Amino acid sequence: MSDRRVVITGIGIVSPLAFGREATWERLIAGKSGAGRIDVFDPEDMPCKIAFQVPWTNGRGGGTGDPHAFDPDKFVSSKELRRIDEFILYAIAAAEEAVEDADWRPQDEESKERTGVMIGSGIGGLESIYNTAVTLHEHGPRKVSPFFIPSALINLASGQVSIKHGFKGPNHAVVTACATGAHAIGDSARLIKFGDADVMLAGGSEAVIGRIAIAGFCAAKAMSTAFNDTPEKASRPYDKDRDGFVMGDGAAVLVLEEYEHAKARGAKIYAEVSGYGLTGDAYHITAPAEGAEGGYRAMKMALKNSGIDPTEVDYINAHGTSTPKGDEGEAGAVERAYGDHAKNLSMSSTKSAIGHLLGAAGAIETAFCALAIRDQVMPPTLNLDNPSFETPIDLIPHKAKKGRVRAAMSNSFGFGGTNASLVIREVK
Amino acid sequence: MSDVLERVKKIVVDNLDVDADKVVESASFIDDLGADSLDLVELVMAFEEEFNIEIPDDVQESIRSVGDAVTHIKAHI
Repeated sequence: MSDRRVVITGIGIVSPLAFGREATWERLIAGKSGAGRIDVFDPEDMPCKIAFQVPWTNGRGGGTGDPHAFDPDKFVSSKELRRIDEFILYAIAAAEEAVEDADWRPQDEESKERTGVMIGSGIGGLESIYNTAVTLHEHGPRKVSPFFIPSALINLASGQVSIKHGFKGPNHAVVTACATGAHAIGDSARLIKFGDADVMLAGGSEAVIGRIAIAGFCAAKAMSTAFNDTPEKASRPYDKDRDGFVMGDGAAVLVLEEYEHAKARGAKIYAEVSGYGLTGDAYHITAPAEGAEGGYRAMKMALKNSGIDPTEVDYINAHGTSTPKGDEGEAGAVERAYGDHAKNLSMSSTKSAIGHLLGAAGAIETAFCALAIRDQVMPPTLNLDNPSFETPIDLIPHKAKKGRVRAAMSNSFGFGGTNASLVIREVK
Repeated sequence: MSDVLERVKKIVVDNLDVDADKVVESASFIDDLGADSLDLVELVMAFEEEFNIEIPDDVQESIRSVGDAVTHIKAHI
């Protein structure tokens, strides 16, 4: 389609481990977990009482005394804070760090028009919808805030970020459940390749740890319920005792940039977004297809259009949500997609340390792939004491692993049977 | 009654995130205090809550300044 190449020049992260890219990455590599008992509401009547909350400077989410806790006052005024759902707040904060990291604050009109935003969310302002529904029911329509709709709409993350920075290029938002972040990065890279923009802020944001979302995912029997007294043990991808995913909040935004544009301004480059595959299962609303058939095809497509030899892929950040069925299916699909090379692959699920960030998962996990390429180290799969199956793939149990990372793959699969796979690689 | 202005001021300061000394009777919510149309709706809701009154939609349109609000509230509490 075009010989325009797309590289990552900035990364911003708000995670359950910390606010900030470097603090999150450092703790991830050190094998820390961001899990804890839910403290934003009393979870006593919930089957699942634990989550991966973002640590705040006000103490919630275990943020007391943490030098890397999240401080909303650094990003929005107290007036704004009351008028945006938290998923928008996290998107604004992650975008700010990404723009700072990329040193991309254009002042001229043309550059602003050539910079777009595509930050999605799996669920968006569900907590705002829930709270407003209660207000409407109890007090009637006159008590509904004029800021309710713009605080809950998913594309308002992209909208708010564009307003803050003056980015007037494509303004878009992905909604593909747990594949949102990956699709946002892949689609944004395509917009740059096609020539619609030179720079895109791409990623995902999620903040749904609240009564309604926990109740909903519990009802769907998707969440872990056996580790309420030991939250840090609950997210255990590939382990035989895994019993469901554990929810996480946070956001990640990547600055994607056309390669020549980045080179011309002397930007630091993490990696190239070289391959992107996307498929549908056409199978079931929540369960993955047998053998992760749709995921397999997404991986094959990403490998094919990346133009690299699959043997150059050294690390895979798996979807690996810690559900009984999904983890094994994905691992099997990876073995089939890579054939003999599977025995050389390292693959971890960082959801063991940060939980499942739903619509932000694909974005933060692709960011981890970029940092793995930068530092030539691969994050671990925590709690992998006894794998439930045999595989030639190194699942990186417990401890981070130093090693050559030439190219990395990030997989994300969502409810509804939507799959995305990204390949990123060292820039040559 | 005399504290209506002070109570209005406090609501305006909290809602619009502006300095208290800018909130004088002649100040226009939009031109002087940086409010937009959505801010105005929220402000009126806050006045209704604070003073336990109902401000009809057609009256809301005419409340453009701190003084307008104070005058209306004084006439209806």
